[in-house]
Parts: sequence; structure tokens; C-alpha cells
Amino acid sequence: MSVAAIRLTPRDNVAVCCRTVEPGERITVDGYELAITERVALGHKLAVMPLGTGDKVIKYGMPIGSMTQDAPAGGWVHMHNMQSDYIPAHLRDAHGDHA
Amino acid sequence: MTGDMAERTWQAWARPDGRKGIRDAIVVVYLVECAHHVARRIVDRMDDPRVQLIGFPGCYPNDYALAMMKALTTHPNVGGVVLLSLGCESFNREALAANAREQGRPVETIVIQQSGGTRGAMEAGIAAVARVRAAADAQAVRAPMRLSELVIGTICGGSDGTSGITGNPAVGRAFDTLVDAGAVCIFEETGEMIGCEGHMAERAATPAVAQDLIASVAQAERYYRAMGYGSFAPGNAEGGLSSQEEKSAGAYAKSGSRPISGVILPAEQAPGPGLYLLDVVPPGDPKFGFPNIVDNAEIGELIACGAHINLFVTGRGSVVGSAISPVIKVAANPEMYARMEGDMDVNAGRILYGEATLDAVGAEIVDLIVAVSGGAQTKSEALGHQEFVLTYKASGSNGPSCLPRVA
Repeated sequence: MSVAAIRLTPRDNVAVCCRTVEPGERITVDGYELAITERVALGHKLAVMPLGTGDKVIKYGMPIGSMTQDAPAGGWVHMHNMQSDYIPAHLRDAHGDHA
Repeated sequence: MTGDMAERTWQAWARPDGRKGIRDAIVVVYLVECAHHVARRIVDRMDDPRVQLIGFPGCYPNDYALAMMKALTTHPNVGGVVLLSLGCESFNREALAANAREQGRPVETIVIQQSGGTRGAMEAGIAAVARVRAAADAQAVRAPMRLSELVIGTICGGSDGTSGITGNPAVGRAFDTLVDAGAVCIFEETGEMIGCEGHMAERAATPAVAQDLIASVAQAERYYRAMGYGSFAPGNAEGGLSSQEEKSAGAYAKSGSRPISGVILPAEQAPGPGLYLLDVVPPGDPKFGFPNIVDNAEIGELIACGAHINLFVTGRGSVVGSAISPVIKVAANPEMYARMEGDMDVNAGRILYGEATLDAVGAEIVDLIVAVSGGAQTKSEALGHQEFVLTYKASGSNGPSCLPRVA
């Protein structure tokens, strides 16, 4: 029995994929029904509710950055639509090395 | 946790300072690399898992190393001490021996230059270890011990994308249970708390502790930046991490959710029950290199702070144990667990497959702590792992208040 994604604390607005999820899948995480619209890999984050630009991304019950674009429930949340509130330069460095 | 767990007791060793130990190690301590071989051969020839090797390689004096050794040789898991000195090194062997003796430990010192060199010192050392072990047994005081008397540390090493979502938060759940039971819990690696200091400060028991937490993380960022050490690597992004604070949060998850009672320094004992951050980064500019060169250097500092057991979360698969205090290895990655089950005490990777909850694995960790405290061997103990590393470091505090405060 395998789950698709887990939410680490009840405060979180993102869940972490336990396996790669594919477009068209419908999964349930902590009671949230999520329609998957793009491929999201193991260890990456899904929005469990619609997130708007400027919203804090909450994982582990704490903010890990802010949205720079909107994301629907079930959407992928990563460096293309969120950024660090702390050291944005690190994100650019990581992008530069692995673009 | 049930109330029954907090009431569970096991037989421990009562020490003169009031602390209790879950093991009764006899440590053979080399005080300079030149005495390492003789000390190692003595330990090898004793062939007793209780007789363990620790040491410091440098010839120049270092206040931190002396404070660490004083704390380690009087750790509640240590019953007796044999010091191995070459003779001309700077380490203050007299102060170290006197400190252990004051704490009621049988102590002998072998000086190689005064004992007929390698052969003579080896024979003298073997006889000394046998006498110290017998003296420790003769004076042993056994007494019941419970969760509220434990000091538990945690570190993570060989981390991967799974560490932050399985093993670390599971240890956090165990920490919550232990803190609620009145134990001392210690988390560390301030360099991996960058971005979490605001959240940590909100959890601080007092405003002074909040200031200390923020100051210690600020110093860690300054220190690691000066060392040229960038924490957020491209591989982290590939694994799904999107920001520095997200990566830090994964490590920080080991601390659980309870209030943070204070910041302590290496070799410093927590002043009361609760959750503490061990500030591993020395003050000032980098002086002797990286704060801790390898996981066992951090484990040694946690032990010097009194840790009876350390919880080690690993994703890629570390195999180490430690001298003095058992290491419970928590496998974060289920695929690694399948490959290295013989080295792993807990399979937190089951969380990823939906086969266990964080709470269930947290409870399993607490159960294992009770069993190991009562004498059950960890995997690394059974395999004979007794790693130990101690190197140079500058001493002192980064915080505005030099002593930890208790709420």
C-alpha cells in the first residue's frame, strides 16, 4: 500500500510526493482532493490548496519561502513559482548550475 | 506516550554527581597522537567492548580539548579512566586526572617515556586497565533510572531528500515525548539552522534565549561563509528543495515542537530539563577550520554535554557508532534500509511508503531508547563501532548571555 504524497504538519499548505505523480491522476492527501496537472517527482512539493502570489509556503509548519506566481491545488510548487525569503541568491546559483 | 512509559525504570549506574549512566565504560585516553598506538594496542589486547579508546592528537594545548576531555572522562556512562601520555606533550594530564578523581572515577596515568617505552607502557597499561576496571566494579552503585533522567542528542549525517520528511520529523516526535517526560534533549548543527532562527526564536522559553538562538545562527552563517561553505547545493533543488530555509527546516525538524529552553556550548551540561540547541560554531573568525570535521566530532560534543544516547538520522547510510554512548541509527531512506539493514536500528523510510506514521516511528524510537538504556545493544554496538574524533576548536559563546537560561 503506497501513498502518493504526505503533508508533514496540519499547518502545511504543501505536501511532499512519496512517488512521482502524473498528469490526470487524482490523489487524496489529508482529506484534500488534488487533481494532478503536471508530472511532479518524488521529494517535490504539491500545493494542497490554491496558492496566490505572495502567499507564504508552509512546510514543517514553518514558512520556507513565498509564492512568486499563483498555483492551483495539486500544482507543483518549486523554484519556478516560489522563492526564498532568506537568501534568493542561492536559488539563482542553483538554477545557473543546473538550468 | 502513555503515562506508563514515563514510569518505566531500568537499572543504571549512580555517579557521585547525582547523574546516572546506562553503560559503565572504561576509557583509555591517549593525550597526543604519539601515545595513540600504545593506547590502541592496550584496548585491542583487553578485548572487552567496555574498554574503549578515545584521545586527542595534538601536541599544542587547547582549552576546548581539555574541557571536552574533562566532560567525557566524567560522563555518567564512564566508570573508570586510564590516561596514556607520551610525556612531553602539552595536554594537562594532571588536571584531567584530578578532575576525574574528584568525580569518584578510578584513574591511572601511564607516561610512556617513564614506563620503558612502547613495550613497558603497553604492559603497564594493560595492568592499569585491569585494576581500574576492578575498582570500578567494586565501587559500582546500581540504581533505578527513568526517562526524566536521560540526556538524548540528535544529529543527521549522510542526508538525502528523505531525511527531512521521514527520519528527522520522526525524531522530532520522539523528542516531544522525551521533553514531556522531563528528559534533556539536545539538537545541534547551527550551520544547518540558517533560515530557521525566526521560528526557533518564537519557540524560545525566554527573550534571552531567543537572542541567543538568533546570535548563534548569525555566527554560523558568518563562519561558514568565511570558510567558503555554501549549504544549498544544486542537488538539493533536484531533490525537490526550493530554498535554503526549506533545506534547513528538514534538519530543524529533528528538534520537534516543544519550547527551546536554552543554548549550550560543547562540554556544557544543560541546567535543567527541556530542549536545548548545542551551538557548535566557535566565536570569532575561523581559527582551527571547520567547526566539526565529521559526524563523530558532533557526536562527541553531544556526549560531552551529557548525552546518554544519540539519535543519528541518515539517508544515504552512515555506519558509525561511538565510544561512551550508544548511537541509534534511524534510516530515513527505505531503499538504503533494505541495503544496510544490519547497520540500522529504525526504518523511518516506511513513512514514505505509507506503512507507518511519524507518530508510530517516533514512539518506536522512544521504546528503543528505553530498551537501549536498559542494556540492549544498538546495531553499531553489536558490530563493535566505537568511533571517536576530537580536534582543535576555539572556546566561547556567541550569544549575548554567556550562560544558558532556564524558563
